Amino acid sequence: MTAPLPAALQLCVRRRPGPLGASVQVSLRVPSDVGCIEEVVDLLLRHCTHRAWLCRRMRFNLRVALAEALANAIVAGNREDRSKSVLVEADLSGDQVRVEITDEGIGFDPAGITAPLLPDELDRPNGRGLYLIQQLVDDVTFNDRGNSICLTLRRP
Amino acid sequence: MAFTATKDDSGVYLIRIEGQLIVGNRQELKAAVATALEQGERKFCIDFSRTGYIDSSGLGALVSISKKVREQGAELRLSGLNEDLRSLFELTKLDTLFALSDTAEHAIEGLSE
Repeated sequence: MTAPLPAALQLCVRRRPGPLGASVQVSLRVPSDVGCIEEVVDLLLRHCTHRAWLCRRMRFNLRVALAEALANAIVAGNREDRSKSVLVEADLSGDQVRVEITDEGIGFDPAGITAPLLPDELDRPNGRGLYLIQQLVDDVTFNDRGNSICLTLRRP
Repeated sequence: MAFTATKDDSGVYLIRIEGQLIVGNRQELKAAVATALEQGERKFCIDFSRTGYIDSSGLGALVSISKKVREQGAELRLSGLNEDLRSLFELTKLDTLFALSDTAEHAIEGLSE
């Protein structure tokens, strides 16, 4: 028996002209396949970073934070169950980029995770993802259930 | 990610990471180092001069590799981290765990001493 093919990405992009440049809304349905992460990050960056204030470092930070949040949603949230998907909704308008990533998992308590930053913890391979996201973007919030994370990057 | 692995004249096993080192491909790197260790390699340099970005799983894979290398009495250096990539190591304090060199050539010199 052959394995089922992964579902395709479903992308919807809306652009509206505005005084600070076009605002863009992107909606993307992503299969629970870690092999899609790179492509999804590239797609989002292509559509949501055409603002002069988004310098190289900010684009890099957004790239890493998105890869991180997608990996959490696919691996920890959906447990790589191919029957589940991840919804990504991005909004570039005015002076900020906002990306919401929602999985179909049971959610988690972000307060229960601590990054291994002390010298005797550095050998721990896990636990840095959420910490990295929090360091790389301006604002990180979760819904009550803990299955949806919202990342915001603002103009400095 | 793709990577190329070569053995330098001074006996350093050099792995260059091309593209991203993330959750979807980190196991390939761990497997490559594990195989080289089994084959008797003792000096490793992982070079990031052609790497776009690394996620926490990639950092975690490097931590696991570092531990395994030390347990086997081998040595590891990382090289070629640009300013952006280096910031990830600094934020996570992993710049204190790894020996970092500006270039693969410097790393190889350090490992050959």
